[in-house]
Amino acid sequence: MSLVNIALAGQPNCGKSTLFNALTGASQHVANYPGVTVEKKSGSFRAKDIRFSITDLPGTYSLTSYSLEERVARDFILNEGPEVLINVVDAMTLKRGLYFTFQIMETGRPVVLVLNMMDLAEKNKIKIDHENLAQRLGVEVVPASMKTGSGKKDIIESVYNLSKSEKLKVPSQLDYLDMEEYLREIEVLLSKTSLTSKKIPLRWAAIKLMEDDENAKELVLQEETHQEIIAKVDELRKKFEEEINLKPEMYISKRRFEIAEDIVRTAVKKEENTKSNMTDILDSFLCHKIAGPVLLVGVIYLLYYLAIVQGYNITNYTWPLLAKIRTFTESIMPASGFIEEPLIRAFSLWFVDSVNALLNYIPIFFILFALIAVLEDSGYMPRMAFIMDRLLSRFGLHGQSTLPMVLGGIYVGGCAVPGVMSCRGIPDERSRLATILIIPLLNCLAKVPLYVLLINIYFAAHKGLAMFFISTISILLVLPVSKILTLTILKDKETAPFVMELPPYHIPSVKTVLMRAVERVWLFLKKITTIVAAVAVVIFVLLYYPGISDERMKYYHGEEEKAVSGFLKAASKTSFKEQFNVEKVTELANFYDTYRSAKMQGGSGFENKEKQFEEKFPLYLSIIKPSKDRELKLLGRELKKLVRSRKIISMEMKKERINNSFLGKAGMALEPVTQYAGFNWKVNVALLSALAAKESSVATLGALYQQDESGASLETRMGNEEKGFTPLHALSLMLFMVLYPPCVATAIAVKLMSGSAKFMVFSMIYPMIIGIFVSSAVFSVSTALNLSGLQAMFGFYGLALIFTIIMGFVKNDKNYQN
Amino acid sequence: MTLDEMKPGNKCKIKSLLASSMLGQRLFSMGMYPGAVVEIVRNAPLEDPMEIKMDSSLISLRHVEAGFVEVEFI
Repeated sequence: MSLVNIALAGQPNCGKSTLFNALTGASQHVANYPGVTVEKKSGSFRAKDIRFSITDLPGTYSLTSYSLEERVARDFILNEGPEVLINVVDAMTLKRGLYFTFQIMETGRPVVLVLNMMDLAEKNKIKIDHENLAQRLGVEVVPASMKTGSGKKDIIESVYNLSKSEKLKVPSQLDYLDMEEYLREIEVLLSKTSLTSKKIPLRWAAIKLMEDDENAKELVLQEETHQEIIAKVDELRKKFEEEINLKPEMYISKRRFEIAEDIVRTAVKKEENTKSNMTDILDSFLCHKIAGPVLLVGVIYLLYYLAIVQGYNITNYTWPLLAKIRTFTESIMPASGFIEEPLIRAFSLWFVDSVNALLNYIPIFFILFALIAVLEDSGYMPRMAFIMDRLLSRFGLHGQSTLPMVLGGIYVGGCAVPGVMSCRGIPDERSRLATILIIPLLNCLAKVPLYVLLINIYFAAHKGLAMFFISTISILLVLPVSKILTLTILKDKETAPFVMELPPYHIPSVKTVLMRAVERVWLFLKKITTIVAAVAVVIFVLLYYPGISDERMKYYHGEEEKAVSGFLKAASKTSFKEQFNVEKVTELANFYDTYRSAKMQGGSGFENKEKQFEEKFPLYLSIIKPSKDRELKLLGRELKKLVRSRKIISMEMKKERINNSFLGKAGMALEPVTQYAGFNWKVNVALLSALAAKESSVATLGALYQQDESGASLETRMGNEEKGFTPLHALSLMLFMVLYPPCVATAIAVKLMSGSAKFMVFSMIYPMIIGIFVSSAVFSVSTALNLSGLQAMFGFYGLALIFTIIMGFVKNDKNYQN
Repeated sequence: MTLDEMKPGNKCKIKSLLASSMLGQRLFSMGMYPGAVVEIVRNAPLEDPMEIKMDSSLISLRHVEAGFVEVEFI
């Protein structure tokens, strides 16, 4: 069986993806084009004796070299030389579609023109004479409707025949009238260059050179020095402009539309249709001056509610599955000693916990990705951009930054990973980078536990106000930061015109939505999880080594002996005396923990387990369970005492280990700097440990403040222990958390979407600098002015609001050639 | 007269494009060629951008960009 490469091209919203899915089914592969952040989808299908490998080119309106997508599509056609090009055109917007088709035809490859949405055209009483069209264009034309599935067979047959035919079916070429003479002259010049051996059509190159296309010029200048050709082209361009009084590139575009108009006039019959359509009616609400923004807020709320709130509820059902993985890992690892945990056990559990923390988000991501697909497919997404552009563009962002920001968490509870990932579509490079860089500063879900903890301790009387503050302050920090980035490091990045199509509304198909959600979740798992797992190893080492000194270990062993011998002494007075020695006591203590955690998980599983326990450890079970027997009662009491002292010893060890660890040392080393923000070294360690995942901040604080046996909550412990810790400290810490660097998963997403490791590093460093600056300023100034936490909070809020408004009025210039 | 001066409800015809590079090509590729008939549909809630209709397609563009489209009333 032979393998034939073909490609799929078309304008956005023409139904190209639907055709791609219909042709390839499940055999799809998503990657990036080499060196750029444009998504490359490929797949394959079989027709008789040929296997077709098909590449879905990015959807673009034209094939100039002004945008990355257009360059990518064009380079693919020219360099990879697909044997057939399938060009999908929306029959409803045929004229504009032909403008693109002409450019496809100029590349000289055989073309199958798919007239999609014929069902819609018929409904709107538009008749297209496709034979006439085929004859005028010199390409195969297939009427189709991807929605109903009609035409798929014909498309495959046309592609098959074209790839089987002996003679290359070159499409007709447009007549550029007054320019033909010029084009011929350039073609002659080019015939002496290496372009011929690269199979690049000379006429295409000539047209592009007349258009003053930068990439075409580079192509000519590549190998040999063809400076004189470029000089000659410049001369010809000038001459043409003087003669026709129109820039050559304008002439070419204008000519294409003239021909397109002429073709449409002869091939399309349209009855006047005055009925207003569904899209117009919907838009009169969704883009309305007042209703529009209100409905937008509604849509955003719904997105939050379904993905974040309901998604979180679903994790209640999926979490036990992940917990089972942990329990399983626990069961196959060597058992704990009385106080010492074998390294392999500690590491495996840490690793499973780190990966589980991320896998836990899958239900949320799945719902989010499915809803994004719905927004994309329905046509509402560009309307969001339409409504928000004015506001966001003032801060260097783009109308299309709306969705990424919503996902990142503009109020409270989002996730930066899908936020950053959805920046792909922003056509304006400067705005895209600005959006990517500021998303980590929004309030993601993982920042919330720390906020809640601190607010409960230090702003208990004003919980509502404090929650409102922290939920909305991030947007007031993000907007000016974005503007500052735009005016400084992103200043020279290219921008792009906003000009954007508002496609007709369309009911999304369940299949497309689910396929896209699955695809994106899978991509997330593949790309992110592996890296997070790798980083988990590093953090483990940083938190675990160099560990506890031998001398201190001796002390802990002494404590261990005291506890164990206490139990043995009690046991020796009972008839179970013979049953216990040091090892058995450890086994009993471990069994106690296993029993407790099994009981916590509960359910029918617990009853089964209990039966197993009964067979294996009847004595242990009878000690743990309430009993009337005097001796068992005594042992039960002693066991509780034993477990409690064991817990205290391990906590102390854990604390000491963190203190001694590399991360702990770093936390102490940083104290002289962070003291201005009010952070002691414990807080520093918690913040450092949050670098891998922000959830860790609360867990680490938990470990550091864990000591007593009262079982008091972390709130109480922090409150009791840190008498010097005031609401001002808490405020400073919360502000630092808002401006906290992205987690590892997000950092990887930043690298993927910005296409550069430099931006990834920058995205991790700049928030820290701003964070420590803001926290120090707020803490030091408020301390000097003797402000209360609440006063400082709203003083800062006011200043941030004023600063945001001022920054909104600073001008940022566009950066592209008109 | 340029497109940005038009009000919602106005209908006009494109005379010429005053931009030829990135913006010019972009406008062209969206179907804004000399001779095309444009109807202004509405402005966004914050006035900018504007939404226009050509044939059956809807395009949104900022007023600054519309300033590069020369039009005449029809």
